[in-house]
Amino acid sequence: MKAKFLVPLALFLVLVGFLGYGLTLNPREVPSPLVDKPAPEFRLATLAAPDTEIGLADMRGQVWLLNVWASWCVSCRQEHPVLMQFARDNVVPLVGLNYKDTRPEALGWLKEHGDPYSVSVVDADGRVGIDFGVYGVPETFLIDREGVVRYKHIGPVTPEAVRDVLLPKIAELSRAS
Amino acid sequence: MIPELGHFSLILALILSLVQAIVPMIGANRNRLALMAVGRPAAQGQFLFIAFAFGCLTWAFITSDFSLQLAAVNSHTDTPLIYKITGVWGNHEGSLLLWALSLSLWTVAVTVFSRNLPEPFMARVLGVLGWISAGFLSFTLVTSNPFERLIPAVAEGRDLNPLLQDPGMIIHPPLLYMGYVGFSVAFAFAIAALLSGRMDAAWARWSRPWTTVAWVFLTAGITVGSGWAYYELGWGGWWFWDPVENASFMPWLLGTALVHSLAVTEKRGAFRSWTILLAISAFSLSLLGTFLVRSGVITSVHAFATDPRRGLFILALLVLVIGISLALFAWRAPKLAGGGSFGLVSRDSTLLGNNVLLAVATGSVLLGTLYPMFLDALGLGKISVGPPYFEAVFVPLMAPVVALMVIGPFVRWKGDDVKRVLRLLAPAIVASLVLGVGIAFAIGHVTVRTVLGLTLAAWVLLGSAKLLATRFAERRGADVGTTLRGIPAAWWGMWLAHLGIGVFIIGVTMVNSLNERVDVKMHAGDSAHLAGYTFKFVGVADAAGANYDAARATIEVTRGDVAVATLTPEKRVYVAQQMPMTEAAIDIGPFRDIYVNLGDQLEDGAWVVGLFYKPFISWVWLGCLLMGIGGVFAASDRRYRRLAQREAAAAVAARQTT
Repeated sequence: MKAKFLVPLALFLVLVGFLGYGLTLNPREVPSPLVDKPAPEFRLATLAAPDTEIGLADMRGQVWLLNVWASWCVSCRQEHPVLMQFARDNVVPLVGLNYKDTRPEALGWLKEHGDPYSVSVVDADGRVGIDFGVYGVPETFLIDREGVVRYKHIGPVTPEAVRDVLLPKIAELSRAS
Repeated sequence: MIPELGHFSLILALILSLVQAIVPMIGANRNRLALMAVGRPAAQGQFLFIAFAFGCLTWAFITSDFSLQLAAVNSHTDTPLIYKITGVWGNHEGSLLLWALSLSLWTVAVTVFSRNLPEPFMARVLGVLGWISAGFLSFTLVTSNPFERLIPAVAEGRDLNPLLQDPGMIIHPPLLYMGYVGFSVAFAFAIAALLSGRMDAAWARWSRPWTTVAWVFLTAGITVGSGWAYYELGWGGWWFWDPVENASFMPWLLGTALVHSLAVTEKRGAFRSWTILLAISAFSLSLLGTFLVRSGVITSVHAFATDPRRGLFILALLVLVIGISLALFAWRAPKLAGGGSFGLVSRDSTLLGNNVLLAVATGSVLLGTLYPMFLDALGLGKISVGPPYFEAVFVPLMAPVVALMVIGPFVRWKGDDVKRVLRLLAPAIVASLVLGVGIAFAIGHVTVRTVLGLTLAAWVLLGSAKLLATRFAERRGADVGTTLRGIPAAWWGMWLAHLGIGVFIIGVTMVNSLNERVDVKMHAGDSAHLAGYTFKFVGVADAAGANYDAARATIEVTRGDVAVATLTPEKRVYVAQQMPMTEAAIDIGPFRDIYVNLGDQLEDGAWVVGLFYKPFISWVWLGCLLMGIGGVFAASDRRYRRLAQREAAAAVAARQTT
């Protein structure tokens, strides 16, 4: 048996090693540069009352979720029932970042579909969204008591994502103090 | 009841595939004709059972039987009938069944059309195909049963992914699968050759038509898929170097190399171990493509539901099929003598050069496709490899392939005189350089890419014209009809396919150089201008289909005072999945497409409209079409049928004497 005829087999076996290991990885998991970094500061008017402003500092001391949404976003409709259920379960505050939207449309949308948010803030020009590195709506950030981003979920939140990822992480963060 | 019948039928098919895998192989080893003869009926019976199972699944989709999980997830009562049928393979489980169906179709075709093969060889070919079928049928039954019930049934299905509800998607998957799976025949012939030690010119002649037909299907499948992407995805692009596209493109590249390598093996007895390796690799890449799509190791827009258990099963299948065949190759191939020697300037060496370049190009696509996974596995971070890499690597590798492709047919087998070839081709070389640079200046787009593309295209077209002229000159004196009839179909096949490459390059170069697009915000009554055309936005009206609601815009396209077309792009929302889709409208022309899509509506009532001007895009499809037709000609060459004809003639003679 000449060695050169074994080359294809050897190359293939190396490839199989990688493929096998690749099965254990998740290529969809895009790390956010913000994870484990302090969340960007913001101070924005709330959707319900234009003259009330809240910011990052107001949320300090509690674990909370920031959900980026918009009335024009179709995938937001998909995750909406999941968020409604999450709000009913009353786990942690859910803050909405109403992204590049108009106030009447956003309010109308919440009226029509229900409002899962403890409070929504208005980011009409998308500046805060840019600070948070939002590149598609919806996105959801899990932020801890010190205002550090602990996890980022891209795309619509699914019941599985809540059950298998968000709730365990929230429980973990709430215990650690 | 009917899904259960389908399920049982599939289990019976698995049992028959095992019979087909084992019994003829034993027969071939012990030289027992009776055992070898089992292969054919087993393969044909297996086909009937798989076809029946497929029919049962289709029936469940057509009748909207939502107690069948697959139908509930991928169909809807309001889905048009044709998309109920294509929904059968618009999902993981059903597409595996289609895979198995096309494999058994190919196997039956081998039993019917290759009757002249020696019995032991045929038995081994069927045995190998039986093993592959057994592997895929057990994969389907164990991890991806399409006949899974949903109890209690749901009242309404979730509908087929709207992206797949398109005429292109009706034929794209079957064509692609026929191509992918078709390489299994070349593979089985190669393994049978390794097992029996029979790897001569006759072997190459048997494999050639099968390989060519599979290549034609793959070419057609990729073309249709690319056309679908062009008008359905709404970005006006037609090739994205997406992992799943690459997964179909790699077997195509190696299949192209194989088709040419088989030619050398048939004519000259050379490159035998290389040809065998290509046959194994082409099919291995088809399997690898299946793995990449099904396992989720690579992210892709095409990925169906991914499940690690499935990934592991296919990986095991991959290791068995490819590992065993490459081990067999390492063991048996060294016994092959090299075949005839040839000089540096010979048709043999141009084909060898092309083969090596095509193999390297395949390797570079493979590397680019898997690179993100390699890095991730080595803990070096997550990246994605995009079109810039592929274009940077692929173009320099393919340019010499195209240059050599034109020279090859002029050069004699075994050895030729450089001066003779140069004398023949010098005018074409000069003319294509002049044309390439000249046209680039004429269209006002002088870049390396454009000049290279235009020069190569001119080179292919002029070379093809010269080749035809040379062919005619050989038979000076004979009338045109006789000359035409004297040229074998295989030659026409080569000529057309090569011409197709030239046409394809023109399309790609022109559309990449002169493509224009703008996104504009339009109110009813507004006009926009692009590439000399005026687009008037007449307005938007509601339009509804069977399973979607749509907003349909009307846009009148004029050039000067001449009306060119009225285009009606749509924005659809499919009811069942609440999924928005853009449906582009295209005015197709021989020298340009005008492509319009409808974006979102803004607060002030205006719409975002994408306007595209795509010069020569039709030439891309035309080039692919010519390649496919070339393949059909090549496969239909008379010499493959000569044996069959001789037998028929003998039968006629026998009848006349009695």
